[in-house]
Amino acid sequence: MYAWITKYASPRYAYNLACRLTPWFAWSAALLFIAGLYGGLVYAPPDYQQGDGFRIIYVHVPAAWMSLFTYMVMAGAGAAGLIWKTKVSDAVARNCAPLGAAFTFLALCTGSLWGKPMWGTYWVWDARLTSELILLFLYLGYMALQSAIEEKRTAARAGAVLALVGVVNIPIIHYSVIWWNTLHQGPTITLTGAPTMATSMLIPLLIMTLAYMCYFGAVLLVRVRVDILAQERNSTWVREVVAEAGG
Amino acid sequence: MKGTAAPVAFLALLRRDLVLGLRYLADLSNPLLLFLIVITLFPLSLGPDKNLLQSLAPAIIWVAAVLASSLSLDAVFRSDYEDGSLEQILLSPSPALVLVGAKILAHWLLSGAPLILFALLAGVFLYLPKAAILPLVLTLLLGTPVLSLVGAVAGALTVGLRGSALLQTLIILPLYIPLLIFATAAINHAVQGQAIAGELYFLGALLVLALTLAPLAVASSLRIRVG
Repeated sequence: MYAWITKYASPRYAYNLACRLTPWFAWSAALLFIAGLYGGLVYAPPDYQQGDGFRIIYVHVPAAWMSLFTYMVMAGAGAAGLIWKTKVSDAVARNCAPLGAAFTFLALCTGSLWGKPMWGTYWVWDARLTSELILLFLYLGYMALQSAIEEKRTAARAGAVLALVGVVNIPIIHYSVIWWNTLHQGPTITLTGAPTMATSMLIPLLIMTLAYMCYFGAVLLVRVRVDILAQERNSTWVREVVAEAGG
Repeated sequence: MKGTAAPVAFLALLRRDLVLGLRYLADLSNPLLLFLIVITLFPLSLGPDKNLLQSLAPAIIWVAAVLASSLSLDAVFRSDYEDGSLEQILLSPSPALVLVGAKILAHWLLSGAPLILFALLAGVFLYLPKAAILPLVLTLLLGTPVLSLVGAVAGALTVGLRGSALLQTLIILPLYIPLLIFATAAINHAVQGQAIAGELYFLGALLVLALTLAPLAVASSLRIRVG
């Protein structure tokens, strides 16, 4: 088991694997985005209540799902880094944070844009929006900790502990915010509030979610490759790679 | 040997931290002073309207308590980190969990417990109704240990870093949100004459969870930071 991990998690092997996988993820993301956006913006019928305004969910809902998914990947990679002390999982964890923060920010922006015509205001203390805002703070706190610790290895391990504390806390925060929300104001229309979604609306949403996943994979792989090259810049194989690229 | 040494070490470290804390009274009193000043800012900026202050009092007191507690956490590990005794604590044969527990308990006794007394004074300043005073004390009794426990994780992660006080406040404040929600809800419900057992149970659950997991996270964070 340990030999298997050290083989696959060696920076050089991971770099080569990432190089080979990147185009697959990037092309699937591009094709799925085209299919999902066409399906969402053209093919899906307008909503009987919200008209065409509901179509923002094809950007918003996958972004909100990805914001949580990315946190889980970050914490999982951080835990792997703590357990097996692999450099590659540290690189994965720290490169998840800016991506997750971006997804969270996108979910917040699209949520508030959707809120303007639906609620008549850009911001409502809706449970989901509030949870997303807190999640953004968690990501920014993680990134602040990463930039404060100079030594990368220590920074990654400290970040892993913080991410794991966050994983324990996220469900508690989420449900306490929902409880707080129902206490203070009546239920509002939520973005995914429709009890059942027509299949013609649901399929583009699923395609968009897959597209986001592939996009996340592609960007993460590129970022991890750059990170590995920067970390291993003094090793022979990196010099060979750079020389091959004509650098 | 280890089994008998752990309680002794726990008490010794607790005693040492209490003695040190009582000698540097500024470390002890500054967060409390901050708490009172923040409380004072609210009537000055909102106006001395009794009804308004009364309705905002639970929120103001709890937000001020959270701020005061998180700013006092920077001192928990800092001096031990700087003079090297933190390394000795981690190297000692007693389990790090026990020693970390002693340090957190000392922090709570020096910062959390006096805060409860000051919160009573803040309650007078903000015209908190009589019915809300006991719930305020109960929420603080259950909540301030959570502030110390969870905050110690951030204190351990940022010990010795430049600008650590601000950084650990940034990291820790979002994690305090559930506590804040249930504590203020309990006091508000008490003012309205409703039952508050549910909120208190929830605060108790948060305390048990923090008591179980936080020392683990603090011990491993300290090992990472000290190396």
